[in-house]
Amino acid sequence: MVLGLAVALGLNGCFTERRNEGAQLYASHCANCHGEQGQGLKRLIPPVAASDYVAQHRADLPCLIRKGMRGVVVVNGVEYNQVMPGHDDLTDSQIANLLNFVQQNWGNKNQAYTIHEASELLGHCNGSDGQ
Amino acid sequence: MNIPFLRSVGHLLLCMVVIASAGLTLPGCTQKPTQETHLPYLGEPELVASTAGAAPDTVPYTVPSFTLTNQDRQTITNQTFAGKVYVTDFFFATCPSICPKMQSELLRVYEQFKGNPNVLFLSHTIDPAHDSIPVLRDYAERLGIKDASRWHFATAPHDTIFALARAYMTAAQVDKGVVGGYAHSGTFALIDSHRRIRGLYDGMEKTEVDRLIKELPELLKEEANARATAAK
Ligand code: HEC
Repeated sequence: MVLGLAVALGLNGCFTERRNEGAQLYASHCANCHGEQGQGLKRLIPPVAASDYVAQHRADLPCLIRKGMRGVVVVNGVEYNQVMPGHDDLTDSQIANLLNFVQQNWGNKNQAYTIHEASELLGHCNGSDGQ
Repeated sequence: MNIPFLRSVGHLLLCMVVIASAGLTLPGCTQKPTQETHLPYLGEPELVASTAGAAPDTVPYTVPSFTLTNQDRQTITNQTFAGKVYVTDFFFATCPSICPKMQSELLRVYEQFKGNPNVLFLSHTIDPAHDSIPVLRDYAERLGIKDASRWHFATAPHDTIFALARAYMTAAQVDKGVVGGYAHSGTFALIDSHRRIRGLYDGMEKTEVDRLIKELPELLKEEANARATAAK
């Protein structure tokens, strides 16, 4: 994880590699729960792959990552009810890169975020760090 | 059975070295070990006094007695696992970091052995204050485990659980410094029908879990051989 972060950070300067940052961040911050391929875990953890929730809640996702999530949620017709922790350890731009990776992989084809937009959406939950 | 075993491993190793270097079998090496592969006994062996002035004997470390409650509100003890081998770990339902991965790896092991009633699973919650029996039951069902007698999700008072985590050599402790408030290692322990620890595996590493999947049948074979010998 430390290594993944270090790699991700080291690549910050280069635009083409920045797309890769999303994948790296997913691997280090999300894969333990949502699975290496976004498949989720039985009825415990919802999938982010081909997720109708991801498609329908585009504007809420930055705050979902920042603040976490709890309570009943239905994803692709299956009901889940666990706790997802928040992520204070990611910058706004990292959240944007991470979500852009999720939004365009594993069967998701949703509109990407600009960093500016991610910061704005994060403002809704006082979750923007302006970076 | 322990000391001769250790010695025979020593002999075996020595023999292999000698055979490998000399390329022939030496007289001292002709006695074949009864088991080709034999999983180790882990943990500090205990000294037991032996009869009439002989040097004290040692027996392998064994897991202490325990009483837990599972997701079906059944009391489970060492007796529940009598004559079986089992894999155990420590988790909690709201664990923010390693547990989902760890439990999905344990699920992989379970899937491999779910047809074999001699292999049981025991997951202890290290957060008994939150993980009530309904929470454990919900967790188990969400993971797809309907038969509690094959995979127990168990709770007990906090101190009991943490003492057991130490006893199974899968360190778990309260740590306010980490997310979720608990630091724990994600270790799986493999226990034989005589309460002995026969393997420890990092539940976060696929290759380690693959090793468990490979070694479990070796233990089952050993157990079956022992039963056959005892029946003679
Ligand atoms: C500790 C495990 C855990 C981690 C780490 C985690 N999540 Fe989640 N996530 C969950 C759970 C559990 C839910 C459902 C929460 C509920 O039941 O209300 C969820 C819900 C979601 C959802 C909405 C439902 C869906 O699946 O479409 C998204 C999107 C999501 N997570 C993305 C992420 C991303 C991206 C990361 C990495 C920054 C991440 N999660 C990290 C456990 C986790």
